[in-house]
Amino acid sequence: MSLNAFITRETIDGDDDGPLAGKTVAVKDNISTEGVRTTCGSAMLESYVPPYDATVVERLKDAGATIVGKANMDEFGMGGTTETSAYGATKNPVDQGHVPGGSSGGSAAAVAADEADLALGSDTGGSVRNPAAFCGVVGIKPTYGLVSRYGLVAYANSLEQIGPIARTVEDAAALLDVISGPDPRDSTTRFDVGSDGDGNGADTDGGSESAHPATDSNYAAAADGDVDGTTIGVVTDLLDGADERVVERFEASLDDLRAQGAETVEVSLESVEHAVQAYYVIAMSEASSNLARFDGVRYGKSGGYEGNWNDAFARAREEGFGEEVKRRILLGTFALSAGYHEKYYKKAQDARAWVKRDFDDAFEQADVLATPTMPVLPPALGESLDDPLQLYLMDANTVPVNLANLPAISVPAGEADGLPVGLQLIGPKFGEEAIVRTASAVEN
Amino acid sequence: MSETPVDAEDVEHVAELARVDLDDEEVDAFTAQFAEILEYFEALDEVPEVESEADLVNVMRTDEVTESLSQEDALGNAAETEDGYFKGPRVS
Repeated sequence: MSLNAFITRETIDGDDDGPLAGKTVAVKDNISTEGVRTTCGSAMLESYVPPYDATVVERLKDAGATIVGKANMDEFGMGGTTETSAYGATKNPVDQGHVPGGSSGGSAAAVAADEADLALGSDTGGSVRNPAAFCGVVGIKPTYGLVSRYGLVAYANSLEQIGPIARTVEDAAALLDVISGPDPRDSTTRFDVGSDGDGNGADTDGGSESAHPATDSNYAAAADGDVDGTTIGVVTDLLDGADERVVERFEASLDDLRAQGAETVEVSLESVEHAVQAYYVIAMSEASSNLARFDGVRYGKSGGYEGNWNDAFARAREEGFGEEVKRRILLGTFALSAGYHEKYYKKAQDARAWVKRDFDDAFEQADVLATPTMPVLPPALGESLDDPLQLYLMDANTVPVNLANLPAISVPAGEADGLPVGLQLIGPKFGEEAIVRTASAVEN
Repeated sequence: MSETPVDAEDVEHVAELARVDLDDEEVDAFTAQFAEILEYFEALDEVPEVESEADLVNVMRTDEVTESLSQEDALGNAAETEDGYFKGPRVS
């Protein structure tokens, strides 16, 4: 049995009672666990042991969950296949010749193979939804600010959220109920907006929890399968480039939802053709800054003490980082460097604002939006590693959601040629209940 | 043809800025890949200027001393320490 879903297998017991009592959870290895090594899939952090728990880990323990190990992942979350892990690739439990997706591939594979009931991943540009789709399980990327990122080792802060993975929509939603909520240690958790999505002013000093959208929510209860009267917007721009076998399963899921009383309308988002470019410029720029902390002095692989500090740091980073991480740090450094900032980073921010505006317009016409989660079936192991740009293009349907800070869920939509296909449902800001409800109808 | 041709020297310069040593093979591979990827990013030129509103607000808290990591825990992952400090390489 070796899917290689875990980098470190170690049991961390939670409280005796709680909503997740008796449930086992795999935690992606970029989420800090006190006393249990957290590698981020990188040789850089091979022996790094966090001195504290991420907020989501505290919440898992308080909810009675048992953590069963730290799940494999693309190095620092940079990849869509889990093949860039310094600890070897994870296999897809549905077909072991194929990748499980990524970057939270170990988390999704563990859940699909029943090595854990539930899992936490992180989603910067699709890293929860992609492996959920490829492994035939459910994954949720929450609205930016719904879940605390305290203790998540940063890759691209403005884009990423921790999200749940489970075998059913209801289980994923129940895990979201546990991990969501305001956190004084992450000021981007939204203290200032109630469940109506609007608000003003912020105050973290007590009495403010009622202003966080998760306070009055019950995501698990929203999994009632009732889509009668729901309007689903089909994003036509994201169907053109998709594999025919994927589109066929996607259409079949929509037929099924229509049969249950949902209405579908076509929507077009002109901006999404620039989403992948904008996403990679922003993510790489943020990565180049975030990963500057790995100098081998306070933690991580040491570069030794020969020569001056520049030599030692550059040596630590040569040894500690894999190829994809180096590629992204360098491209991000380039995009932010003098003379190129206006050309790349500023234009990418314009594109990000454009994508947000296009989504706002689309939600005037529809309650939720639908796309295939991934435009392709899971690649064979080793098939896609040599061409980074082709891999980036695989994220076309997932990255617009991160750019717009929106929630989205991937739910299984059957199989094609024996490989899973995922349906992605995108909601308006803090519209988690709407996407959970619609996704639960897909399971009917 | 891309407006931002990339040569090996550019890759080496950026690697130096980013403090990442590269071997010759990596420089060659990245030079070819960066040309392709940056050419793809060129399409951002077509993006119009779009006004964006900040989605977040400032969050304030009282400046009070609270519990934090002990010095021992904070130094726990360092390769070398000296007298309760991190030990780094020479600055010059």
